[in-house]
Amino acid sequence: MSETPSRYGGFFTESPRSGILGWVTSTDHKRIGLLYLGCIVTMFIVGAVLGLALRLQLFEPGTGIMEAQTYNATFTVHGVIMIFLFIIPSIPAAFGNLLLPIQIGARDVSFPRVNLLSWYCYIAGAILAVTAIFSGGGPPDTGWTFYVPFSTQTTTNVNLAVSAAFMLGFSSILTGINFVTTIHRLRCKGMGWGKLPLFVWTLYATAWIQVLATPMIGITLALIFVERIFGAGLFDVAKGGDPILFQHLFWIYSHPAVYIMILPGMGVISEIIPVFARKPLFGYWAMALSSLAIAFAGSLVWAHHMYASGMSDMAIMIFSFLTFIVAIPSAIKIFNWVSTLYKGSIQLAPPMLYALSFIFLFAIGGLGGLALGAAAADIHLHDTTFVVGHFHYTMFGGTGFAFFAALHYWLPKFFARMYNHKIATLAWALIFVGFNVTYMAMQAVGIQGMPRRYYDYLPQFGPLNMVATIGSWILAVGLIIMFVNLWRGIRYGTPVGKNPWGGATLEWEVPSPPPMENFGAEDPVVTRGPYDFKGVIADEP
Amino acid sequence: MTESGHYIVRFRTFVIIWVLLGTLTALTVVASRIDLGAGNIWVALGIAATKSALVIFFFMNLRQESRLFKIGLLVLLSIVAIFIGLTFFDVLYR
Repeated sequence: MSETPSRYGGFFTESPRSGILGWVTSTDHKRIGLLYLGCIVTMFIVGAVLGLALRLQLFEPGTGIMEAQTYNATFTVHGVIMIFLFIIPSIPAAFGNLLLPIQIGARDVSFPRVNLLSWYCYIAGAILAVTAIFSGGGPPDTGWTFYVPFSTQTTTNVNLAVSAAFMLGFSSILTGINFVTTIHRLRCKGMGWGKLPLFVWTLYATAWIQVLATPMIGITLALIFVERIFGAGLFDVAKGGDPILFQHLFWIYSHPAVYIMILPGMGVISEIIPVFARKPLFGYWAMALSSLAIAFAGSLVWAHHMYASGMSDMAIMIFSFLTFIVAIPSAIKIFNWVSTLYKGSIQLAPPMLYALSFIFLFAIGGLGGLALGAAAADIHLHDTTFVVGHFHYTMFGGTGFAFFAALHYWLPKFFARMYNHKIATLAWALIFVGFNVTYMAMQAVGIQGMPRRYYDYLPQFGPLNMVATIGSWILAVGLIIMFVNLWRGIRYGTPVGKNPWGGATLEWEVPSPPPMENFGAEDPVVTRGPYDFKGVIADEP
Repeated sequence: MTESGHYIVRFRTFVIIWVLLGTLTALTVVASRIDLGAGNIWVALGIAATKSALVIFFFMNLRQESRLFKIGLLVLLSIVAIFIGLTFFDVLYR
């Protein structure tokens, strides 16, 4: 982070404070974005190691490397870290902070200090989550969903884990408030709503969900606290409570949360595809409005997680119907990305490889989602590893690959150095193959009836579990190569200019790395669209 | 409250609202002891909504605010109503 090109350091060298204080007290959106990025990548690596341990345990039937309780704790901590500390903040908090103000021609977000506060809330949440593993009655073993009545009765350290998620919710809300206000109030001259980059549109839709839905999870988690400490009986049938009510409250947030996770990823893909197809994005307004439609419709489908919970048949029918509606705006995005590629001058640079993989993997995950959204199929598939495979296709194949695409697309901008393309392509190939081997096998064994969250299984599930575990090793090798290559790239890579890819959005018009306050003495004036590539050429390599 | 204008609400208004809130709270307790079937929920939610409106409009001064803020609140309340309404497709039909 400290070693930047000697000729010009941009925001790395222009901070009023030097050293570590210059970072942890900075209100500059780019520094906060990089703080988030460092923490998020660290958390991803921790979560990935736990995921590998889970796969290793399932390599063959019988007790392998861990006992049942350790397995339960491991998948819970894997889930909590990956959901609350990696996927939810990954693109909005890291790349949203890095890019949103520059892309709309602003010098910072509306509330820079609140922005820094959101990072401290994230750190506090992370510390609480890690402390929960090593203190009290041991690491929580409820799964990341904290379902009652188990979560109110287990003696493991649920209280601290719930507090961590509560604190992380505050971080998310603060980021959401900042982004909504910034997009409304700080757009530069000429930056009308029709000229916003699609990444900004998706951040806007995401920010609204963050503001409106996150308080629900805060309240729900607080109620677990009330149950555990005071025995209030809100979810206890013996005291007149309703355990299914918990699932409603939990999913009212947590289903929209999957759109908090995926929408910014879709924004990244919408930025990358036109640049590497050298064509304007097909159907700009359809893409922009479909983001809002996904955010709205996605907020009304939460109970499709609950078909097997004992919920009423009337509710099952209604939520099944509503779930299919979400497929429409999602399909609009897929078709428009493919239409953008049609007759384009496609360049298979590393960011584009990840973006194309996103479309492929997200389509598989999305179609699996329709199978799960249909109540009849869901009864068979519920709580099998098919659900785990589906979730990873959408969240890892979707958001994860979009995050990797964003790393390869924008890191050269902020560090002014380029990574090795051949190694990046090799890493992508390993990740893509490893991913599909792992999660396709997981989906297949799920259809055969293998339950999720079991540390042991019947012998007939053996072969596919072995395949999935071998796939996870290929995936891990690819990830290691990718991160090492990116790290070496930002430290020692070839210096690049301000526009190495030939992008037309505003971030490619400022120097690399961008200066403090992003623009020179005069604010930018926007006269053309974000995907108008006429006269825009990439710097010579 | 807008930056340019500062509205003074009479002390008596606050007292009246306070008494109204107390009365509605007592009404909530009484209504909960009468068996109205599914109607109990509607009565409880209706009273809670009225109390919230009194607090927001008088104690939090939304009455004097611009239409934009009132519309904003209406949108948020609609969202909450949708959440609760959809949940009731489960609770009422079990």
